[in-house]
Amino acid sequence: MSGKSYVKPFVREVSKTTWYLARGRDRLHMAHEASCVFVGLYALLLLWGLRALAAGPEAYQAFLAALGSPLSLGFHWVALAVTLFHTVSWFQVTPKAMPIQIGEAFVPGPVIVVGHYTVWVALSLFILFIGGVFHG
Amino acid sequence: MSYKTIELEVLRYRPEMDDQPWFQVYRVPCEEDWVVLDALNYVKDHLDSSLSYRWSCHMAVCGSCGMMIDGEPQLSCKTFVRDLPDRRIRVEPLANFPIERDLVVVLDDFMEKLQRVKPYLIRQEARALDQGEHLQTPAQLARFKHYTQCINCCCCYAACPQYALIPEFLGPAALALAHRYNADSRDQGREEREDVVASNVGIWDCVFADACSVVCPKHVDPAGAIQQMKIASTVSWYKDHLGLGRKKT
Amino acid sequence: MARSNKPVVWGLFALGGTVAAFVLPVLVLITLLTGLGHAPAALSYETLHAFAAGWLGKLILFGVIAPSLWHTAHRLRTVLYSLGLRADKAVALVGYGLASIGTFLTLQYLLGI
Repeated sequence: MSGKSYVKPFVREVSKTTWYLARGRDRLHMAHEASCVFVGLYALLLLWGLRALAAGPEAYQAFLAALGSPLSLGFHWVALAVTLFHTVSWFQVTPKAMPIQIGEAFVPGPVIVVGHYTVWVALSLFILFIGGVFHG
Repeated sequence: MSYKTIELEVLRYRPEMDDQPWFQVYRVPCEEDWVVLDALNYVKDHLDSSLSYRWSCHMAVCGSCGMMIDGEPQLSCKTFVRDLPDRRIRVEPLANFPIERDLVVVLDDFMEKLQRVKPYLIRQEARALDQGEHLQTPAQLARFKHYTQCINCCCCYAACPQYALIPEFLGPAALALAHRYNADSRDQGREEREDVVASNVGIWDCVFADACSVVCPKHVDPAGAIQQMKIASTVSWYKDHLGLGRKKT
Repeated sequence: MARSNKPVVWGLFALGGTVAAFVLPVLVLITLLTGLGHAPAALSYETLHAFAAGWLGKLILFGVIAPSLWHTAHRLRTVLYSLGLRADKAVALVGYGLASIGTFLTLQYLLGI
């Protein structure tokens, strides 16, 4: 290779804190990532309930009553939306991580996604059923 | 009479004269079947011969003409003018790489990382000539064939948020190519690549944003390759640490 | 180049994300219904306590709560880095530390039932 080119490369700076705002795809990615906050918060709520359960009937009744507070209800509506968002985005990407090869062909991604949703719906209905939600 | 006259807004940078990049607008009469590369060639041939950009095959196999078109990393030879909504088309060099001149970026970082993953068949036992060629079934080929389609255009690096934030990250294409060889039945080099692939700047810097796979013009799906390697490397990690480990070579 | 130890936390992240994807929405719905005054039968103290008293119930409760905490700890680590908080080791320590405490407490409460 003959003589070096006139090299004064220019590095375009990207904001380390707001880079994701520029493009829709990046904003959606950050939203997927941020959904973990409500996964964690809800797990903490379950942990709090578990603590109450272990502490005895009075503590547990207090926990159940607290679930009815405006703060709890507000949290639950948001958590419902966010955990559903997590489920949808999780199922969307899972097929890439687990390609199922049969002979020379691969099971199409949408088939794997539909499979996930089927299991999810069945499992959710099962949990509601044994939880006694359908018996009033 | 041309199909459409567009305004090509191109980011210029001449290191010998400019301290900062700046936009220059060219009016280009386009035909209906033109791609953005044709418009650039028109500029170079008729309007401004100083405009610098890489291109070669004009058919999406060489990987030279990757650039940002209206903010998306694409091959300029594969982006049709008729598919772009506005009359003004913004063309910039590939994101996340230093600009050398105009639309030409410095790709040294990618080249170095590509070499580090050892993207070639590695054998533990050499095969003698009289043993004949490696035999591979269509199913074995299908397992890794799409990863062979990478043309090193670096559009995935321009789209990857982690590469933008963490310059040391090996990046989608290099990792996808590591997987291409790991998944090849003829290869015995996974262990040799693992120190690089499973390092903190390898697969573990990926957060599965999936932008790479979305922009890849050859549908290589580097994101899928990386996630599969994460699963395999997690299994390996446990095997190693539980003493079910690898054969030491 | 040293091989990363991230597989451990990534594995927990993936497990937690999968568990969360499959069961959290319906559980949120159940506790929401409870808060709205329609507590399902299974959430009565006697029923839930009996469930948690058995080994299967303990396994299920642990399997829902603990991996979810690790999922969040690992993913938040990435989120915070992406938002410009570059002290990765400190964030990891705090995040995984809290997940560890949560895991320990889950075990402690379960073993007390």
